[in-house]
Amino acid sequence: MRSRTFSRGLLALLLPALLTTACVEEPGGGAGASGDEIKVGILHSLSGTMAISEVTVRDAELLAIEEINAKGGVLGKKVVPVTEDGASDWPTFAEKAQKLISQDKVATVFGGWTSASRKAMLPVFERNKALLWYPVQYEGLESSPYIFYTGATTNQQIVPALDYLAAQGKKKMFLVGSDYVFPRTANKIIKAYAAAKGIEILGEEYTPLGHTEYSTLVNKIADAKPDAVFNTLNGDSNVAFFKQLRGSGITPQTTPVVSVSVAEEEVKGIGPENVAGHLVAWNYYQTTTTPANDAFVKAFKAKYGADKVTSDPMEAGYNAVHLWAAAVAKAGTTEVEAVKKAAGGITIDAPEGTTTIDGDNQHVAKTARIGLVQADGQIKEVWSSPGPIKPDPYLKGYDWAGGLS
Amino acid sequence: MTLGRISLVVCVVLLALAPLTLSPFRLGLLAKYLCFAIVAVGIALAWGQGGMLTLGQGVFFGLGGYAMAMYLKLKEAGSAGLPDFMVWSGVEELPALWKPFGNPVFALAAVVLIPGVVAFLLGLLVFRQRVRGAYFAILSQALAAAFVILLIGQQGLTGGTNGMTNFSQFFGLDLTDPNGQRAVYAITALVLGATFLVAKLLVRSRFGRLLVAVRDGEDRVRFLGYDPAVVKTITFTISAVMAGLAGALFVPVVGIISPALLGIVPSLELLVGVAVGGRFVLAGAIAGAIAVNYAKTLFSEDFAEGWLYLQGGLFVLVLVFAPKGLAGVVESARDRLASRRQTGPAPVEVTA
Repeated sequence: MRSRTFSRGLLALLLPALLTTACVEEPGGGAGASGDEIKVGILHSLSGTMAISEVTVRDAELLAIEEINAKGGVLGKKVVPVTEDGASDWPTFAEKAQKLISQDKVATVFGGWTSASRKAMLPVFERNKALLWYPVQYEGLESSPYIFYTGATTNQQIVPALDYLAAQGKKKMFLVGSDYVFPRTANKIIKAYAAAKGIEILGEEYTPLGHTEYSTLVNKIADAKPDAVFNTLNGDSNVAFFKQLRGSGITPQTTPVVSVSVAEEEVKGIGPENVAGHLVAWNYYQTTTTPANDAFVKAFKAKYGADKVTSDPMEAGYNAVHLWAAAVAKAGTTEVEAVKKAAGGITIDAPEGTTTIDGDNQHVAKTARIGLVQADGQIKEVWSSPGPIKPDPYLKGYDWAGGLS
Repeated sequence: MTLGRISLVVCVVLLALAPLTLSPFRLGLLAKYLCFAIVAVGIALAWGQGGMLTLGQGVFFGLGGYAMAMYLKLKEAGSAGLPDFMVWSGVEELPALWKPFGNPVFALAAVVLIPGVVAFLLGLLVFRQRVRGAYFAILSQALAAAFVILLIGQQGLTGGTNGMTNFSQFFGLDLTDPNGQRAVYAITALVLGATFLVAKLLVRSRFGRLLVAVRDGEDRVRFLGYDPAVVKTITFTISAVMAGLAGALFVPVVGIISPALLGIVPSLELLVGVAVGGRFVLAGAIAGAIAVNYAKTLFSEDFAEGWLYLQGGLFVLVLVFAPKGLAGVVESARDRLASRRQTGPAPVEVTA
């Protein structure tokens, strides 16, 4: 009977204690815009595999908040960030989003990176009628009324990259990607485009996230002899892929690789010598020449260190905070429906150039830019769209994309 | 033991009062901890009582969770529609594997039967071959890794890395409504209670004695004429069914199921709760699972930057100072109290 005795004793001591602590409600955080402060949530992965990328976006968002406060805040109130860790785990993103909304009562949330984290947070924001600003280029085919997308959708990044390759006379392509929703959807779009424009797809290969063994895949590319490789690999895999590609003797001159998830931060990790001469497609580079970018790069280095680089998702996160502040100023309140209504047509001079919120789909008009990776790790722009491209997440304006959504 | 009775009543009352005092958000978190507590009961059975260190409970949790999620997704999509993720994964027709899950009876049966059958077959194969100890642990861990890779690779069938999310209905309950959430909490608490009772009865039965005997001396039990493989397979199957039930409840409670919840690390986290609470005591495992997950919420909310270190530190402290977990601490405290109550010096053992 001993086991019964001490299990009961344990129940006596532990569970009531735990449950009482769980039952004690901490005082509510007050409304998002109470007193002389406005609380906003910052929800990125500060731990886990995505931390290396997401921490840089968080830094850029905190910089923007600091700048806004230095100019007197929003509606005369100071913006106070409440930071939570999404921990590279999608259910945690949903939980923390709910916490920011119902416990901290934040006015809005800036957060997410992976599509999986956005898909996990989407129902939370829609049910609570709260706002999320999502700062990373993504696979499109989505337009939640409670999310603002400040990164590129497909017609502002992937389609211009395809147009660029087609204009260069590339007729045979090989697709390489990590196995999750963005690469798979991106490749679906690429295949539809290729079918319509007479481009031949020689192969389509996926590897798990974090995969590092690419000799088989590189051999397949070498055998297929494509004119270009379209690369949607994410994270660490790019390091192994580019090293093994270079080792096999495939050069940027014969077979350029176009990457859509490799920015300044990733080039640093891959090693510029392994990726120099290959192409990338984004909307912003650290080298983009606008007055706003000079100020952004300078301020970022002053705050976080001279060796830091700025990249497209960081800039989109930085813009998100400024766009939200402008919308709140125009609405005269932080109330969600009023901010949504005021947001359409809001324009700021962002580091990437003039940026305007599209009121219909809550995406942002962005200029597409093709860049060439330099030996020093910076990216040189070789082509840009004539002006900001109107966001079209469902690719409705493209005949060849009819069967996609 | 009146004290034990009283504490049990206090726990039940507190769990019953929680929906009235907690905000819907906190209640949802408590319901999530209770889901993990259900898994913990199963782990305490398999590991604490049966000596099977199972590092792959996430697999069974996932099988139960995906079975439930498939039903809820089909319900959401209506009779003709496809689940949202299939649309953007380029799947045009509902896969044959999905079709039976439109039936609620089939889905509920699958929640219990699929993890049970998988664990039963695996147990038969493994325990007959007398695979045990670290080899069994490694095998179960490899299973968790393989399961995650399979789920991610089959994006059109499973939602890939994203998993499945956005559920608003659960057997007529509106999950967006606080009352619906309270009902789901109540169901979870009741299932935990039932799981605890079943495990308790099992531990006290003759079968329970046999299980402990297998743990402590498998070969001796075999020489006495019992078949340890059968005993272990049955226990492993029961623990898998418990994990499956927990996974199925997790879906309406948290509103998402994804491979991120089922791999090696989450499977280990389930085990950590049991280790912290004390694996030899069922109530300890429950308390440990709730405590560890509550600490995770608390630490990560208050110290977003370094909460993992705090959580790791807590685990190390418990393992160093209380290798039998919190239940072990309670046990030794009681022993000390008992010996102090005795009059005079400690009794001297008299041997014949």
